[in-house]
Order: sequence, then C-alpha cells, then structure tokens
Amino acid sequence: MLQIKKLHKSYPIGNTSLHVLKGIDLSVEEGEMVAIMGSSGSGKSTLLNIIGMLDEADSGEYILDGLLIKNLTEKKAAVYRNKFLGFIFQSFNLINYKNALENVALPLYYQGLKRKERQELAMFHLEKVGLTNWAHHLPKELSGGQKQRVAIARALAANPKLLLADEPTGALDSTTSHEIMAFIQQLNDEGKTILMVTHEEDIANMCKRIVRLRDGIIIEDKKINQIRAGQHV
Amino acid sequence: MFRFLFDRDTWQEVFDSFNKNKLRSILTMVGVWWGILLLIGLLGSARGLENSFNRLFGNFATNSVFIWGQTTSKPFKGFQEGRQVRLSLTDAKKVEENVEGIEFLVPRNQNQATVIRNFLSGTAQISGDYPLLDKVQKKKLINGRFLNQADIDEKKKVAVISEDTYKQLFEKDVNPIGEYIQINDINFKVIGMYEVGAINIGSSTEINIPFTTFQQIYNQGDRIGYMMITGKPEYDISQIEQDAKLLLKNLNNIHPDDKRGLASRNLGTDFARVTGFLTGMQFLTIFVGVATLIAGVFAIGNILLITVRERTKEIGVRRALGATPFEIKRQIVVEAVFLTLVAGLFGIISGGWILIWLDSAFGQGDDAVIVNASVSILVVFAALSLLVVLGTLIGLIPAFKATSIKPIEALREE
Repeated sequence: MLQIKKLHKSYPIGNTSLHVLKGIDLSVEEGEMVAIMGSSGSGKSTLLNIIGMLDEADSGEYILDGLLIKNLTEKKAAVYRNKFLGFIFQSFNLINYKNALENVALPLYYQGLKRKERQELAMFHLEKVGLTNWAHHLPKELSGGQKQRVAIARALAANPKLLLADEPTGALDSTTSHEIMAFIQQLNDEGKTILMVTHEEDIANMCKRIVRLRDGIIIEDKKINQIRAGQHV
Repeated sequence: MFRFLFDRDTWQEVFDSFNKNKLRSILTMVGVWWGILLLIGLLGSARGLENSFNRLFGNFATNSVFIWGQTTSKPFKGFQEGRQVRLSLTDAKKVEENVEGIEFLVPRNQNQATVIRNFLSGTAQISGDYPLLDKVQKKKLINGRFLNQADIDEKKKVAVISEDTYKQLFEKDVNPIGEYIQINDINFKVIGMYEVGAINIGSSTEINIPFTTFQQIYNQGDRIGYMMITGKPEYDISQIEQDAKLLLKNLNNIHPDDKRGLASRNLGTDFARVTGFLTGMQFLTIFVGVATLIAGVFAIGNILLITVRERTKEIGVRRALGATPFEIKRQIVVEAVFLTLVAGLFGIISGGWILIWLDSAFGQGDDAVIVNASVSILVVFAALSLLVVLGTLIGLIPAFKATSIKPIEALREE
C-alpha cells in the first residue's frame, strides 16, 4: 500500500536548516490502522504532510499504491490527493459558509461529478456518519463531534485508498473522542487503511500499530492489540 | 471548458464571497460604476451636442465656400495696387465650367436698403438671388414660395422676406403674402416668408428679390457681390476653393501671389473646426472614462487580494481536497469579472438614466442644446468587453497570489 525508504526532510531556518526527518523507513499494508506518535517537533506532522503530498521530501523514496510520488506538479498533486487520499484535520477545516452536505460534496466537485451525483453520494456518506438530519446545517450550528463526523464523511466521499488523520480528536472532549475513534475503527473494519498522528496514548492504543518518532527517526514500530473504543463509551 | 460558468456551485461561491464582504465589495464596485457612468453620460452628451450642431448647420451646405473681390495689394500686368476687384457673372460662368467638383454655383448681389410698408419702416439686407439659393441655403418657408425661374426671366418685382423683416414691417397676425412693401420707393409684392436658422450668414432681416430685378434697380450690369460654391460630396472643398480663386485671379488680372485681391470664406473649414472640437471632446471623454474604469478595476483587484488573504486557509483546505491551482485561479478570476461586469451594467443603466434625464431637461424643442443624447450600442459593447478583459487581467493578480502559497502553509494559517 505504502512504502517509504530513507526519507529526509529539512526546513531552512534563517541561515541554518532544521533537519526534521532523518531517514524514515516505513511500510504500511492495506487495511492497517497506524498511529504515528511523538512529542512535538519529532517530525510526525511533517511525515504525515509528505504522505499527504502537501509537502515534498528532500530525498528518499515514497511509493503509494505502486506509484512513485516524486517531483509532482501542483496539478498532479491535487489530482492524486483527490483520488487517493482523504484528510481529517484536528480543527475540522470545514468551509464555514457551506452546509454539511456541500462540505461533503466538495471533493466530488473537484472530481468533476455532476451536481446530482455529488448530492446523492454526499448524502450517502452523511448517512453513514449518522448526520442525515443535519445535512443542511452550517458548521457553526454543529457540535465539535458532529463537525468531525462531517469532516470524516468529506474525507470518505471521494472513496480514497488511504485516510490521513492529523490529531483527529485533538479538539474534542474524551467522550466525543471515543465516539469518533469508534467510528474510525469501524471504517478500518470495513477495510480502509488509516494513518493517524496523535500524541494521546489512549487514542493510539485504539489503533492496530504504533510508530513512535523522536527527533526525526523511528524509535519504535510495533503491532498492538487494538482496544475497541466502544468499550469506553 | 466553460461548463463551470453554468455550474451553480461556481456562482454559489461568487455570491458567498460577495456576501462575506458586502460593504467592501459594493464600495469598490462604485469605482467601476462611476467610470462607466462617466463614459456613457459624457459620450452621450457629446453626441447630443454634436447632433445639435449638425442641426444648426443642417440648413446650410457645409461643404461650401464664398468668394468675393476686394482691393488688390500687388501691381500686376500694368494695373496698380489698390484696385477694387468686382467679380462678374461671366467670371461665375467660367468658374462653373472649368473648376472640377462644383455641385452648385450661386452668384449673389447684396445691398442695404430702407423698406417701408404703410407707416412701418426698417432697414433690411436686399439680396438679388437665383432660385438655386434654396438648394444651398435651405429656406424654411412659413408662408408662400421662394423665387422661381419665371421671376428671374420676367424681372418680376417680387420679394421673399425673412421672419425678422416681417416683424419689422407687419402688425402681428397679418398674412404678408400678396402685400406690397416699398424698397427704395419701388413696390414689391411679398410672395413668401421664411424662418431664419440659428446659424445664418449675414443679416437676419433679409429680403430676397430676383437677381435680374436687383441688377436692374441698382444698375449692377454684369457685376455680382459674391459667389457661393458648393462642392460635390466626393470632392475636397478646399481644393475647389483654390482652383476657383486661381482662375478668378487669372480672369481679373490679379497677381497670383496677391492675398488680398480675392477673399473667401470656407464653411467647410469652419464646420471642421466645430466638429474637430467635438471629436476632441469625445476623445477626452473616452480617456477620462477609461482611466476611471481602470482605477475602478484596480480597486476590485485590491479587494480580491484582501479576500484571498482572508481565505488562505479555506484555499488550503480546498487544495488538500483536490482543487487544482487552475480551479482556484479560475474561481477568483470569475469573481473579478463578475464584480466588474455587475458594476459595469449598473453604470450603463444609470448612465442611460442620466441621458434620458438630459433629453427631457435640455433635449426638447427646436432650439435644444442637446439633441438626442445617446450612445451607440457598439460603444456599450466595447465598454463591456473592456470590462471583461480588465476584470480578467486584474483578477489574475489575486489568483496567482492565492496559489503561490503552498497548501501546507495555507493549512497552517489561523
């Protein structure tokens, strides 16, 4: 599904440069649910951004679904992001003047689907996250958990191969966090490959594999016994 | 390619972004609105003025020239300088036969005389005329008729009078036709009365009598006062003027370089001066209007730049969801064109209102200052396409600004 070899990334800071990723080797199989952990500055977000094609590595190899991701033009990157990846952000990043349904339909719009198909597909995904009745509400009328569910529905809408979540529960209280995690686990059960960045141990333990980063290198990579989020609710 | 223009989402987003910055958007649109308003309003008024000038000149053939004799300033062929030159009917005939491009040549004789009717009297300009004059200097007859060939042939003592002459010699509401007036103690029968146009060469108290009658009563012989020449439309009146003067100098033994011997007045150049002024005014209007338009469009570009800055994060999200830079740019350019077009359309409509108002306030009646103030539909379309082009160009600046920032940085923006 995903192979990363000897990935390096550094950011220029003034005259010096900050070496953020110092040779990452990582491979993820289809159907896995991986938590990337680390303290702030460990490079976990940078890694996720490179995987999400929002950023580019200085050196190393990144293969997604058999496709070498390298020297992408902005246009190509946009098309790949749309086709292969679904993003879930900590701060939801819904567009505030669009209602839930329109937000979910947005990636489909960029796929060039017709309005009617978009609406139907978006409705289908909203139903999946249990927000059919909230389809025509603006984000400001939704609770944090509902917003994140809309965001998940949006990430799923384009039927991506890989879901990337950046601290998906970071802005939520623990009850809502567990609700969201239960939902993400359910998606994983259905076969979606999921990669999430988190710094919360209990959230990481709900995944099937934990990769720990420190100062730009992987210090630990282990499979764990998944804790079902439903047990907490 | 242009399918997105018919997509509800495209417009939804244009309206959303407009609604988010309603006051600011409207204020910037005022710039473009004002530019178009100026353009339409001023161009229409200039056209109205031009129309009114055209109407004033309308009774006159504008491609005409007057030529008369003066005193020579150079000795020539044994003649001393200071000789009075008088043109003759023979001269007129020769000019008509030999100069190319003449449509009409009208010899005239003029004199001042006291005119009496019963107990009323006045001074009028007496003109000895051929019926042809009516072709060159259209007389707006109120009553009766103009001179005809029979009047000439029989040297009839008939007179056509101007309205101002009528006012001097007749009580109100008296029909002048068939009445007699005395010119230099000779009775003339009034056969017609005409209105004097707003632009008139010579006196407004004029009386036209047959040329031959004039010859006889003033003992003029072959001599004429001046000749009036109109050129055919395809000929240059200045060339005709030169040719005619050269020939006349030859016939009257005037030195070819003598600038005083013959005098002339070219209505064509007079007219060109006025129309030249109007053309200048139109040019100025277009310049001012387009300059204001450009300023307005720049204001729109400015507002979009601010909007784009505020929407950085949103644009980042869209790009993470798969919007290509082209799609982002296109949306912003559509917004720019939309704002300029809407402002422009309002400007055209309100410019039209101003022209309607001008027409009702100053455009009514025969002596209106502004006649049919209007702008051709071509100008409107040209202005609209200029707006589209300018809107697109100015939209490209914020569009490139929006996509120049990397999606990852855009997403970090709070």
